Amino acid sequence: MNQQPTTNQENKTPIVEVKDLVTHYGTRKILNNVSLKIQQGEIMVIMGGSGSGKSTLLRHLLGLHKPTSGMIRLLGNDITQLNSKQMHELRQHMGVAFQGGALFGSMTVGENVMLPLREHTKLDEQTMQIMTRLKLELVNLAGFEDLMPSELSGGMIKRAALARAVVMDPKLLFFDEPSAGLDPVAAVELDELILQLRSALNMSIVVVTHELDSAFKIADRITVLDQGEILMSDTVEAVRSSDNQRIQSLLNRMPRDHAVDTDEYMRRLTGYN
Amino acid sequence: MDKTPASSFSTIIRQRVERFGKLSVRAIEETGYMFRLLYETFEWLILGSKRKQPVRFKSIFQESMYIGIQAIPIISILVFSIGVMLAIQGIETLKPFGAESQVVLGIAISVTREFSPLIVGILVAGRSGSAIAARIGTMLEAQEIDALRVIGIHPVRYLVAPIIIAMMICLPSLVILGDIMGLLGGAIFTNIQLSLPISVYFDRTFEILTINDVMQGLIKSLFFGMIISLVGLANGFQVEGGAEGVGKATTRSVVMAISLIVIADMIFTYFMNR
Repeated sequence: MNQQPTTNQENKTPIVEVKDLVTHYGTRKILNNVSLKIQQGEIMVIMGGSGSGKSTLLRHLLGLHKPTSGMIRLLGNDITQLNSKQMHELRQHMGVAFQGGALFGSMTVGENVMLPLREHTKLDEQTMQIMTRLKLELVNLAGFEDLMPSELSGGMIKRAALARAVVMDPKLLFFDEPSAGLDPVAAVELDELILQLRSALNMSIVVVTHELDSAFKIADRITVLDQGEILMSDTVEAVRSSDNQRIQSLLNRMPRDHAVDTDEYMRRLTGYN
Repeated sequence: MDKTPASSFSTIIRQRVERFGKLSVRAIEETGYMFRLLYETFEWLILGSKRKQPVRFKSIFQESMYIGIQAIPIISILVFSIGVMLAIQGIETLKPFGAESQVVLGIAISVTREFSPLIVGILVAGRSGSAIAARIGTMLEAQEIDALRVIGIHPVRYLVAPIIIAMMICLPSLVILGDIMGLLGGAIFTNIQLSLPISVYFDRTFEILTINDVMQGLIKSLFFGMIISLVGLANGFQVEGGAEGVGKATTRSVVMAISLIVIADMIFTYFMNR
């Protein structure tokens, strides 16, 4: 579903630019020289298996973790160099929908969606309510604003989280595992919704997922991560037709080959050297 | 042959020292983290409006409702009971000397200086301290804290500051209530036992009590409030491992807060009565 032109991208100023990103948890290297660019209006899907580093990459893009080295430029700002006040201002132009929704359990759906408006704008209550209903309408949750998050289904929680993420009309939207935990119909509906949002609000969208169908449906470009390294960052067709063995293993859901050293295996089990 | 026990003994010693070292480092880190939360709370309180992100009065009010208002019945009952118990013990102790009426002095001083702040502190630690740790821990696990950050809302301004401020308002207020209820408990029992009129009991209490006695309790409670909120928050923000982690943090925060309250009370009492 490559809807946006992806040619001549090098000439445009990217909305997101990651260069030589390296990060560690303790002594373990999680991301190794990750570099990628995301253009205005583009849907970039970051794909990879469990432990590939895609969630870590997302947390770095959101400014929730500081990398060991490298640069992360969002909307023209190197977030590794920003102070908390500058980061705070930048975040008003970003929206994030977390995997589990991360709706505040003590607030109604409407209050959740309205929270960014209440905290960052001086709009009157009525205007905020209208904007909230507008966004809930956009994600097909009109009339649900007075319910608590605990009263919603999994798909509805994700859509409510999406409404909260776009309520400030951000230029950049991050979506963590949109299809995870949803039934196939709800997952397809959410994919459609992401495409509609891009058309309606012309935002750049970064989606982190391991769902292949969803990735192929919504992506303009796909970045494939494996063991903390980018294997490929290209169009859907290019990724599909890649002859890289690790990419094909991921696409065809083939388990990784683990060469078993019998002696090493016995040593691990028994603890004797 | 005797090499093995010696080496195992040295291994145990080394492990103990390592464990002690790790625990000490963790304790220092946690204390530092609590002071950072406290510093950031006052920073947001003072500079929040300038940054166009004030600490919301509504949030402080909501926290105060839970920490303070909803705790009124249980605190009233408990400190009232303490007042009655002090009266029973006091009268029994003074009876051999024929000085039962002097029980008023003992109740007045011990309730205002000691029992009211201590009981209020322990009760709020059990009731609200655990709830704070559980709430923050659950929010952390559900990525709600991350959500706040990416929305551009600083968790200290939005969550931490209202809790600490509400606690520092509510604890002294509850101690004043506790003082009244404790003295009332003592007055009612003394009235029944010694036929001392309640009005006479309170007249004598006000003659005995100085502002210093009441202030001792109030100053202590201010610090107890800080301890309960900071311990609950620090434990909540360090939750790992899902529901089990939340449970552990909750238990740890209650045990830690009550222990620190009792130790702090001892230190305050020593220095305030020198």
